Amino acid sequence: MNQTRRKTDWLLWAMTLPFFLLVLLFSYVPLAGWSMAFVKYIPGLSIFKSEFAGLDYFRQLFSLGSELPKAITNTLALGFLGILASPLSMILAILITEVGRSRLRRFIQVALSLPNFISFIIVYAIFFTFFSVDGGIVNQLLLKLHLVSEPTNLLGNEGATWLFQTLVIIWKTIGWSAIIYIGAITSIDMELYDAASVDGAGRFKKALHVTIPGLLPTFTVLLLLSIGNLLSSNFEQIFVFHNALNHDRIVTLDYYSYQAGLVNFDFSLGTAIGVFKSVTSLIILFAANGIIKRISGNSII
Amino acid sequence: MARRTAWSHRIFGFFNLLFLLLLVVLCIYPFYYIFIYSVSVPDQVARHSIYLWPRGFTFVNYKQIFMLDELAKAAGVSVARTIVGTAVTVFCTAMFAYALTKPQLRFRKAIYRITLATMYVSAGIIPWYITMKSYGLKDNFLLYVLPTAIIAFYLVLIKTYIEQIPGAMEESAMIDGANVMTLFLRIILPLSMPVLAVAAIFSAVNQWNTWTDNFFLAPNLPTMQLVLLNFLTDQTSNLMALKTNMATVSSSDIQQVTPTSIRMTITMIATLPIIFVYPFFQRYFISGIMIGAVKG
Repeated sequence: MNQTRRKTDWLLWAMTLPFFLLVLLFSYVPLAGWSMAFVKYIPGLSIFKSEFAGLDYFRQLFSLGSELPKAITNTLALGFLGILASPLSMILAILITEVGRSRLRRFIQVALSLPNFISFIIVYAIFFTFFSVDGGIVNQLLLKLHLVSEPTNLLGNEGATWLFQTLVIIWKTIGWSAIIYIGAITSIDMELYDAASVDGAGRFKKALHVTIPGLLPTFTVLLLLSIGNLLSSNFEQIFVFHNALNHDRIVTLDYYSYQAGLVNFDFSLGTAIGVFKSVTSLIILFAANGIIKRISGNSII
Repeated sequence: MARRTAWSHRIFGFFNLLFLLLLVVLCIYPFYYIFIYSVSVPDQVARHSIYLWPRGFTFVNYKQIFMLDELAKAAGVSVARTIVGTAVTVFCTAMFAYALTKPQLRFRKAIYRITLATMYVSAGIIPWYITMKSYGLKDNFLLYVLPTAIIAFYLVLIKTYIEQIPGAMEESAMIDGANVMTLFLRIILPLSMPVLAVAAIFSAVNQWNTWTDNFFLAPNLPTMQLVLLNFLTDQTSNLMALKTNMATVSSSDIQQVTPTSIRMTITMIATLPIIFVYPFFQRYFISGIMIGAVKG
């Protein structure tokens, strides 16, 4: 008995450790790379042999001429615009559930959530096809209808960048986010609707007084989650839409870090930006979690 | 009164549907447009804009693309990473999840928590780059497969599912002398098929769409996504390369394709698997996100 037990234990460990090792290797070992922010790292040379730099790179980050203020402004602006847009998917969910015929409703659901499952490269390919300054179909159409006299370059328009990027993310994600709310709507007690009908409430009043209050807990959790992720702008989106013309309004912390490290090969500065972002994010995440705990008694972490 | 509500009901329903269908057009038309462009006759469509129907009908773009070694190879890499990557993710995460349900495994709670924390911990792009390089994963196919072997989100889904499988199934097999590995392969895996399908479908879409690892670390193992990215960011030089490449392939069709027609066709090829897979497996995606929402 003891022997089979020991054999089981051995097998069980064999089914656990290799995978746990992978987790450590790919998610935790890279954290050691944060030490690059504190030394003068030269690629190819071991970190232990590099010259200690202390907080020099952080000082450089906060000194004049750094792109940090720009990067923080853009990251926060895109983050807040995204949060501002978040009620839209809840409204969309209510509108979709108002469609009576279930086949049609399913078709609408599938069609609207499709863009969520394509890569940002394809998203960019699509927006390029439609909005590019030479040959973009939207420009062609506007010119043909004489609504504009010369093609507009929306993809390189600095002033429109924040709004345009928010529209891109709405287009990509709204349908899929709505599905989460549709799930929440179907779990609202039908008796509440019946009671509202008895009281003479119409469609609109039912949505206002039954559906929306029923969705608020889901909304609050998702909202606070997105506040926790405020600084995690989507690198892939920024990367594909970034160009020389819109740089000043699109450079985010992630992009700034990438540019410093992998374009200018200043690995230490790039890492310092990443460390700054991660630490600030963690503070925001715990603050958001504290708020959730106080409001709902649940925790997101 | 009742009549009036019935009317307003209908009018609301009509405009609501109209609005939603407009949104549907905004989401579907771009794909449709790219499709009709890719099957139009390239030099004709370059001169006249199209909106609803292709101009002419030809597969010349597709034919040209698959004659190029580079693109055929990229398609192969994309398919390979999707199949192998998904299989590795599902199998490894399932086995790990099963082992973590066993009370006799010491430290299982700590191991589980440390793994879940990976959802929130990210070292950032530069430490990640340096680490992968030091593991020798640069331009190595394993780069697409190993880092995604264990995904915390699927681990939660699968572990939750395994925990609610009745223990009696395992016990009867254990009396017959089966060990944990046999139990996993013969009993747990087949019984977990519904949740494994969810994990597989999510994972396959992710594998097909991922490109940052490819872009930063494996320029010599390009996927369809990367080929498309290169084409978008550096059109002229790519077309030159394409043309010189094509000259050896077939001389009669060269003049027919344009940079735009090739771009549309690559976009279409990179999108097609998603368009074919997503609508049919939508319920798997939804059930995955619902279980995730409840647990998370």
